[in-house]
Amino acid sequence: MNWSEFFAMGGYSLYVWGSYGMAALVLVFNVLAARRREKTVHRELAATTRLNQAD
Amino acid sequence: MLFHKYASPKVFYVLAGQMIPWFAVATLLLLGYGLYQGLFVAPPDYQQGESVRIMFIHVPAAWLSMFAYMVLATSGAIGLIWNMRLADMAATAAAPIGASFTLLALVTGSLWGKPMWGTWWAWDARLTSELLLFFLYLGFIALQAAIDEPRRAARAGALLALVGVVNIPVIHFSVQWWNTLHQPASISAINKIGAPAIHPSMLIPLLVMAVAFTLFFATVLLMRMRAEILHRERHTGWVAELVKA
Repeated sequence: MNWSEFFAMGGYSLYVWGSYGMAALVLVFNVLAARRREKTVHRELAATTRLNQAD
Repeated sequence: MLFHKYASPKVFYVLAGQMIPWFAVATLLLLGYGLYQGLFVAPPDYQQGESVRIMFIHVPAAWLSMFAYMVLATSGAIGLIWNMRLADMAATAAAPIGASFTLLALVTGSLWGKPMWGTWWAWDARLTSELLLFFLYLGFIALQAAIDEPRRAARAGALLALVGVVNIPVIHFSVQWWNTLHQPASISAINKIGAPAIHPSMLIPLLVMAVAFTLFFATVLLMRMRAEILHRERHTGWVAELVKA
């Protein structure tokens, strides 16, 4: 098997690689979204702490 | 009691932090192995050709879409009945992950349906009930976002999730109860000589990918639960200590 044959997926390349690409997007999105949520919460906490210290 | 100890958000926060790297490594290893098996080892199908490789994404995504919903609904129920904050947080954390894998199941199904059935979409029972699952997730997220008070948001979300549980057996049995364009189950199917109807060369990548997706779900769930714990416990002493450090 050569690589161009592999990428051609027997004529189904759009559907097969579209599916695997979409899966990659979903995995990456989940990690980034969870990280972003963590950062937002940490920022929010830092702001609250600063406010409490200012009192 | 041990159970109560781990149900304490503070203890769980630390424990989850220690578990995340292990879950992440296990996910990556299995994902790598599953992709290798699915793309290089598994043979093309005698009818569907290379398009059958979509199965190794589509089926695990569809399983996870239902599994994540059961985690969400069970956590919601525990939160509702025993007033357990950690369970409420688990339900909230599970929703966006479950929604994204439901979308993945729908999109890969569509990408598989076009070359095999000749259509991107059909309003058959399996496809429609899976689409309903996607809307249940979105409804849960929107409902919780609309309510400011965390306890009320958790209770309303849990009620919606529990009503939606009816849809899970409908998705599972839809291919038996109705005449669907979607094919019936092949994993649990047994052939005439009592052996599984699917060959190990296709069964192995399928199961490995399913476990990999489930571990991925656990990893991201723990990440999201940690953020949720800090957010909901932000007025407590231990979180203040943590932020100072």
